Amino acid sequence: MTTGGWIIMILAVAGMTGLLTWCIYKVLSTPGSSEHIHAQTDIDPGDSKEE
Amino acid sequence: MARQRDRWGTRIGAILAVTGSAVGLGNFLRFPGQAAQYGGGAFMIPYIIAFLIVGLPLAWAEWALGRYGGAMGHNSVPGIFRSLTGRRSGAYIGLLGTLMPVMIYMYYVFVEAWCLAYAWDFLVGNFAVFGSDAKLIGDHFTASVGAAENGDVFSGPAARMLLFVIVCFIVNFVMIYRGVSKGIEKFCNIAMPLLVICAIVVLVRVLTLGSPVPDKPDQNVINGLGAMWNPTKGDKTLFETLSNPEIWLAATGQIFFSLSVGFGLILTYASYMKRDDDVALSSLTAAAGNGFCEVVLGGMIAIPAAFIFLGQGVVDNPPGTFGMGFVALPNVFNQMPAGQFFGFLFFFLLFLAAVTSSLSMLQPSIAMLEEGLGIGRKASVTMLSFMTLTGAAFVVYFSKGFTALDTIDFWMANFFIFILATFQVILFGWIVGIDKGMSELRRGAEIRLPNFLKIVLKYISPLYLIAVFSLWCRYNLPGRFKAIISPPKGQPPVILMSLGLILVVAAFFAMIVNLANKRWDKQETSE
Repeated sequence: MTTGGWIIMILAVAGMTGLLTWCIYKVLSTPGSSEHIHAQTDIDPGDSKEE
Repeated sequence: MARQRDRWGTRIGAILAVTGSAVGLGNFLRFPGQAAQYGGGAFMIPYIIAFLIVGLPLAWAEWALGRYGGAMGHNSVPGIFRSLTGRRSGAYIGLLGTLMPVMIYMYYVFVEAWCLAYAWDFLVGNFAVFGSDAKLIGDHFTASVGAAENGDVFSGPAARMLLFVIVCFIVNFVMIYRGVSKGIEKFCNIAMPLLVICAIVVLVRVLTLGSPVPDKPDQNVINGLGAMWNPTKGDKTLFETLSNPEIWLAATGQIFFSLSVGFGLILTYASYMKRDDDVALSSLTAAAGNGFCEVVLGGMIAIPAAFIFLGQGVVDNPPGTFGMGFVALPNVFNQMPAGQFFGFLFFFLLFLAAVTSSLSMLQPSIAMLEEGLGIGRKASVTMLSFMTLTGAAFVVYFSKGFTALDTIDFWMANFFIFILATFQVILFGWIVGIDKGMSELRRGAEIRLPNFLKIVLKYISPLYLIAVFSLWCRYNLPGRFKAIISPPKGQPPVILMSLGLILVVAAFFAMIVNLANKRWDKQETSE
């Protein structure tokens, strides 16, 4: 493992972990956010009851 | 107090749903394969750049455009593009947003079957007999998926895989046909966090492996991490590696693939949202969850494990885009306490993650058939089942060296995804207009989006995409064409046939778009 490898690994891992932590903090600390945020999987196309 | 607890439960549930939706085969299987193929640490430089200046901005743009298109009465990508461009020709560009998910589905279901087969193998203890013999585990993968010879999955040594493919196909289509994706979504809100916890357990085991191959002390954890993260490999300098436009194309394609942006999925799903639902924090959280699973878990597990057990050779020549995890991870499970249980749990949860992804992959084409032909969900799903069954059978039959799988993956998930992504940022920044686009994105946003995002989406993202694509076409396209027209001697022209399959499916959807345009013309005239 070279110095360049350590630098890239630490920056990438810390960056992604930091971003996720900030997002979790934001959802937990913003009132009402859980009602307005959506995952792709929880969106209902609404066409399954038509037939 | 009880109300306070409920609120926290709802918020944590929302976080799990959003971050869990991002987890899939792209994180744990495709990413390590791409990183290994394109230089490990060097690959991470264009990867992070693409994440920041294209992936995340495009995710925001796509959610906003989709929700806006939905408000204009369209759910299919061609319909949304026609509305937003104000031109009939816009619908034909949107054809790519229907074609790509269907084509990706055709091989995705095959890889899904590998996960199910491995879960089964761990459950019944098939891997225990291999012990610590890494070569036997590698051979098991080749034999299981028919990588040695075309047709092996139909009548050769890999014939049992056909059963798993059929099971996956039936599971997918029953769920899509009956519209029970809401049920599996609730289940996956528990299963996906469990997959992440399972991956963290595996990561801890990989990082504590030491040097498990007694006569090869160099194959240790630190060197394994080096195989993934070192920016230089062999004689090539970092500059030489980064000078190849293909690494930039592949890194950006990986960002698109794992964030599910650039190929129409999000446009379609966002079109079903309410006007004031948040898209800014939702997509940022999904992207962050995806990045965490991909870089921290995907990047720290498969390549280091492959290096530790199988040496540099496997890292330099990974077994296909998705194969790395399947040859590396069983070794790790065989070296950990309760490895049989964790192996089963990991591959089964990965299978579930793959099912949730593949269920959503067909929604853009279902929406297109519904809008284009005026038919219902069940008729659309029936039509798609015949098409995808034929395509998947082609990919499964031509399994030797994963040529068909890798060809479709490259042209869909690296090449055409680039074209559609470029069109989408131009649509957002220039056709809809950056001010209108940003006000659409900020509608209902739970976070404050900085103004410099306007500059990124209007200038930097399109310039980056056009520059990388042009350079790739200039330096790499001739080589790709040569591979198409000159197959290895005595072998069927699988690359050419794969492109033929793409062309046939594209022609079908072009016909549907044409019919849809006529229906929309009539609707507009009557209004």
